Amino acid sequence: MGKRVLTVDDSKTMRDMVRFTLSGAGFEVVEAEDGVKALSLLDGTRVDLIITDINMPNMDGVTLVKRVRAGTSHRSIPILILTTEGGDQKKAEGRAAGATGWIVKPFAPDKLLQVVNKVCPAG
Amino acid sequence: MSSDRPDTDEFAQFRQTFFEECAELLAALDEHLTDLQERAADTEELNAIFRAVHSIKAGAGAFNFTRLVAFSHTYEALLDALRDGRVHQGEVITSALVRAADVLASLVEAAQEKRELAADFGVAEEEELRALLTEAGLVGKVEGAGKETSPADAATVQADAAAAPAEASARYSIRFAPHPELFRHANEPLLLIRELMRLGTVTLTCDTARLPSLATIEPEDAYLAWNIEIETASPLAELHEVFEFVDEDCDLVIAALEPGCETGAADADAAAEPPAPSIGADDEAASPPDDRPAPQGSVPRGSVPQAPASQALASSEPAQAEAGPAASSQKSAGVTSIRVELARVDRLVNVVGELIIAQSMLVQQPPSEGSDMPPLAATQGFDEIATLTRELQECVMAIRMQPVKSVFARMPRMVRDISARLGKKVRLVTAGEQTEVDKTVIEELADPLTHMIRNAVDHGIEPPDVRKANGKPELGTIRLAASHAGGNILIEVTDDGAGISREKLLAKAVEKRIVSPEAKLSEDEIDDLIFAPGFSTAATVSDVSGRGVGMDVVRRNIINLGGRISMRSKAGKGTRFTLSIPLTLAVLDGMLVAVGREKYILPLTSIVESFKPEQAHVRALTGGGEVVFIRGEYIRLIHLSRIFGVREAVPEAWNGLVVLVESANNSKIGIVVDELIGQQQVVIKSLHDNFEPIPGISGATILGDGRVSLILDVEQLRRMPDRSAGMPQVPVPTSAPTPVLARAGDAHPSHPEPEAPMAALA
Repeated sequence: MGKRVLTVDDSKTMRDMVRFTLSGAGFEVVEAEDGVKALSLLDGTRVDLIITDINMPNMDGVTLVKRVRAGTSHRSIPILILTTEGGDQKKAEGRAAGATGWIVKPFAPDKLLQVVNKVCPAG
Repeated sequence: MSSDRPDTDEFAQFRQTFFEECAELLAALDEHLTDLQERAADTEELNAIFRAVHSIKAGAGAFNFTRLVAFSHTYEALLDALRDGRVHQGEVITSALVRAADVLASLVEAAQEKRELAADFGVAEEEELRALLTEAGLVGKVEGAGKETSPADAATVQADAAAAPAEASARYSIRFAPHPELFRHANEPLLLIRELMRLGTVTLTCDTARLPSLATIEPEDAYLAWNIEIETASPLAELHEVFEFVDEDCDLVIAALEPGCETGAADADAAAEPPAPSIGADDEAASPPDDRPAPQGSVPRGSVPQAPASQALASSEPAQAEAGPAASSQKSAGVTSIRVELARVDRLVNVVGELIIAQSMLVQQPPSEGSDMPPLAATQGFDEIATLTRELQECVMAIRMQPVKSVFARMPRMVRDISARLGKKVRLVTAGEQTEVDKTVIEELADPLTHMIRNAVDHGIEPPDVRKANGKPELGTIRLAASHAGGNILIEVTDDGAGISREKLLAKAVEKRIVSPEAKLSEDEIDDLIFAPGFSTAATVSDVSGRGVGMDVVRRNIINLGGRISMRSKAGKGTRFTLSIPLTLAVLDGMLVAVGREKYILPLTSIVESFKPEQAHVRALTGGGEVVFIRGEYIRLIHLSRIFGVREAVPEAWNGLVVLVESANNSKIGIVVDELIGQQQVVIKSLHDNFEPIPGISGATILGDGRVSLILDVEQLRRMPDRSAGMPQVPVPTSAPTPVLARAGDAHPSHPEPEAPMAALA
């Protein structure tokens, strides 16, 4: 069974790009617009990797990471935070919350795949 | 410098999405900034503003719109400071933010149109933002943030440098000892080691010294460590990058073993070797515990399925340079798309599902024997299909429906700008923003509404001192409201300004020779003078609205949408414009009329009444033409049979029927037809792709029997002289409709026609 990636971003452009890049590499991609929607999707759906934006309405990425790590069903899956704020502060916040790694926007498809392969290879 | 160019061909396909998203984000930004001008924003609002700019920046980065990225970056820095409370809200900041939003919108537009802006465009605004940050003592912070992309850039430079002299390889020893909690962040040492293997030839040993006894093992902790030797052409930074996610969760030592070039040739040889068994998960456990280098796989670079990142980067770049522009220009050629709520699509799918069920029910009907009556179930089936078809139509229409909010949202900004320029105090109140209308209509609404609201601020609302002197509040109000009325959307633009007296209107029209001084006009007709071409009530042409386009253009726009516009005004009290526009341009409620053997469609909205005139009431005019006398009024008669050259039609009005229609400016004409066939909703098929504009015809439709019927344009008919009138002729089609019909009929009904059919007659 292929790996399933959840992309969480309020920007459709970003979700589309992640979907495009990863589905081309054999991942199944599911989407959510914000943290709240991501959590409700995770409730009852198996996901192998989460790639989440930081700045989102309703529930931001850092909170989402915390909630996933505090839960039971997906607490050990890799979570990548997607951020333009290469600034160490956001990375540190993400790390402290339990994120596995980060991807700096803008990213090239190769780069995204490379990072994903580092935490959750397609097969 | 070649930057890390993520704008590959692969991503070019998302440009359209990006720009659509930008439009939404800019509208949201504008809306929030408008609120911000009126009152201090709360954290959630500031966050929303920040997100809008942030998302634009992120997308722009992906497509390499460097100017857009740079500007939004500075913009974002100020917004970030604002939401953190490091900079305080205030009028100065707000107006800088508003100006910056303008620049942002222009940069987005320029990027979309692939237009180069002047080098200094937006520089002043960016400086202003910077100045505000400096003022708050945050300039260092901005610069820090400005370098936020630089680590990536630096890495790229290194990658580029590495890509060029790819032959030079070096050997490193790596000690990788994860802390027990490494797994908490879901990192996986094995994957990191695999990642290393992509970069070069790896030999490794596993250090199990820390492994406790089974009884005391913590299943979620990390105990293993690795000693790795790697021979790679990649720079040291790339080795560190492999471990960047676990940096704080491990002890990591990377040391160069011996300087410089080993053998470039050996590398090539290695690539030619058959792939050695790779080190997988199983090997990890099987790694011998002692320090002696075991017969581990010496993994040649070539065996890794993906090319090393540096190679991929090097090879993909020239290709981008060539294919990029061509591919993207192809993509941007007039693609329009629409974002639809998923629920609406679901509903559509449901209805189609039910339709299929109903259809299969019908198919399974046993043929009724010996009876002419269809079985009951079949009748029910047909009823069902009729209902579902109607529902299906509604569903499909609903997909094109969008709230007018997107147009309304542009107005507050304009009101603010213009009133500031004119020194007036004006507030805009909007209502019914969620009222939905066809997307095409929305797009066409923007211009007329902009024009009317601009007029209202410029000519309607008085300067504050005048208002005060007249006992009105200094703050003028413009109300923009939308609502549904039947199959139409009703939009009202009301201002509480100076208004226009009928006397003034009439005097002006006489002065402009639009009407003769002797003309006796009804009140409605006087009000309508404002829509007459060449009419402008402004005493002086201002730089705001006096640009030579008047309300006649507005009316033309509205008519092209199949709608009507009217005006009511009271001197000293204000003015109200009312627009009524069909919800969709794709279907029309029509009245099917017969003339000879031809059938025409009259838009139902224009019909006032129909009647059979008495012969005595029909008078021929001396110059030609005919009028009918009804309820004290003489109405001009137009014989469709004469205009379109239809033979075998009823020649005398009193033997046929007169359909009284009202055109957009409320002037009435009587259209003489043989008979009314019935009311019918018709699907409009555009003619303008295949035919020259035909006066009096706005489009065509296909009737139930498969015949083509032309849709009449009442406004144009009104302006056409009757053929029998012996007056100078407007060019009408020299051939009668019959050949036209034959050609139009060629088009297979199932071929969808382009939209905006009414526009053909502009």
